[in-house]
Amino acid sequence: MNEILERIPQGPLLYVFLGVLGLLAVAEVLGFVLARARPEKDFSELRARVRSWWLMAGVFMLAILVSRAVSLVFLAFLSFLALKEYLSLIPTRRADRSVLLWVYLAVPFQYLWVWIDWYGMFIIFIPVYMFILIPVRMVLHGQTEGFLRATGTLHWGLMTTVFTLSHMAYLLVLPGKGDMGARLVLFLVLVTQFNDVAQYTWGKLFGRHKVMPTVSPNKTYEGLLGGIATSFVLVYLLAPYLTPLTRNESLVAGFFLPLAGFLGDVSVSAIKRDIGVKDSGTLIPGHGGVLDRVNSLTFTAPLFFHFLRYLHY
Amino acid sequence: MLKVLFFALVVRPFLLVVTGNNVRHGERLPRNGPAVVVANHNSHLDTVVLMSLFPSRMLARVRPVAAADYFLRSGPLAWFSRNLIGIIPVTRGGRAAGDDPLAGVSAALEEGSIVIFFPEGTRGEPERFKEIRSGIFHLAQKHPEVPVVPVFLHGLGKALPKGAFLPVPFFCDVFVGEPVERPADKEPFLAGLKARFEFLRAEGTFPEWE
Repeated sequence: MNEILERIPQGPLLYVFLGVLGLLAVAEVLGFVLARARPEKDFSELRARVRSWWLMAGVFMLAILVSRAVSLVFLAFLSFLALKEYLSLIPTRRADRSVLLWVYLAVPFQYLWVWIDWYGMFIIFIPVYMFILIPVRMVLHGQTEGFLRATGTLHWGLMTTVFTLSHMAYLLVLPGKGDMGARLVLFLVLVTQFNDVAQYTWGKLFGRHKVMPTVSPNKTYEGLLGGIATSFVLVYLLAPYLTPLTRNESLVAGFFLPLAGFLGDVSVSAIKRDIGVKDSGTLIPGHGGVLDRVNSLTFTAPLFFHFLRYLHY
Repeated sequence: MLKVLFFALVVRPFLLVVTGNNVRHGERLPRNGPAVVVANHNSHLDTVVLMSLFPSRMLARVRPVAAADYFLRSGPLAWFSRNLIGIIPVTRGGRAAGDDPLAGVSAALEEGSIVIFFPEGTRGEPERFKEIRSGIFHLAQKHPEVPVVPVFLHGLGKALPKGAFLPVPFFCDVFVGEPVERPADKEPFLAGLKARFEFLRAEGTFPEWE
């Protein structure tokens, strides 16, 4: 019984969880009121999005609460799904089937380094060892046509979906008392996802001037700046509460996190545009695929992690 | 019973990780038998993916048509095919010998089964159509009241192509079509079926795989 009681979040973690649920409730009510007030417009996508948010927030909160092992398995599975989506989208060579198996194998290993807290291996495994292993496995089958494209795209995929996202997991094993790991992950994910929604909302309401028309025609300066300003406030308020960052450091984080989120988002958009698809998948109703949801995190996770680690660990 | 357990404990979790199907127009699948589901065939996974589209309570009546010479060639494989998959064995080349190779399929349809049928006859080159053989035409002629529902599969031939042993995870697409038209002659029937597969394929964008 005591063990279960200890699992119930307390202090900052509890209040932020409740805050997130409150935000979702507001969004749900807003969707309902909008659909009632303007029956001529279609709000079904908005409402599907909100419904998916409930599920994602619920699963995520449970995953980071239950235990470190569950959190790591959850995040590893997230990486696996994002990688699988990426590999299903890009052109691959038939000869590289066995290479792809090795690429998938990098996921459990990368998260194993996190689990045993082996920072040195964690930080070089994909940039060095997988970087070498992929072309070596490829020369063994000997097909040179498309070799550069294959090594390049496979390694880029591993870096994006496994290496960067695993930084989120490493936050869980940084030295610290109590629930610090869960608080750091919650902070990073909350700020990144909140920023996505804020930029989207500002853009929908006031968007006029396109910021990257060839990459992502729906992104505007109004959305970008409004989103950054809103997220800046959120970071400034939450960082000292959930993380070891000081007020002054929060000012810096409040600026670069939302900007990094935006850049991660448009980078994945550029790839989708290059391939010729709108969504990376269909797993999350209203949102698209897993990659569509974690695209901003691929940039914010490593940047936040190294900022924090440099200053405090 | 064994079949339902096998799907619930082995097949469905396995497919969740390895293929994670993107099903489009799932509502067009037949809700009850008799019906024939026809699909392009590139992988051993095709059969279990199509079967897993149906809820557990219907599984006992969902039966794939499979070549007897291949699936019943050894004891363990035959046991697996009969008890865990529930195949309807057919003898290839039976028509030449004078018997009706599809008699077992007809019997299953008369019992109200949902029959899974690969009209190309065998697994082709990954992600390529083969010529549609005439068996499906004869089956449709014999059962004019039974709907023939086409399903286009993509990605399973990448996940587990013919001759491969280890599956590689890929998201796979399953596009269900409307029941096919039934012209009385063979050529228009087969051409119509092929066109229906091409039409379903055109709903997706697929990366090249060479």
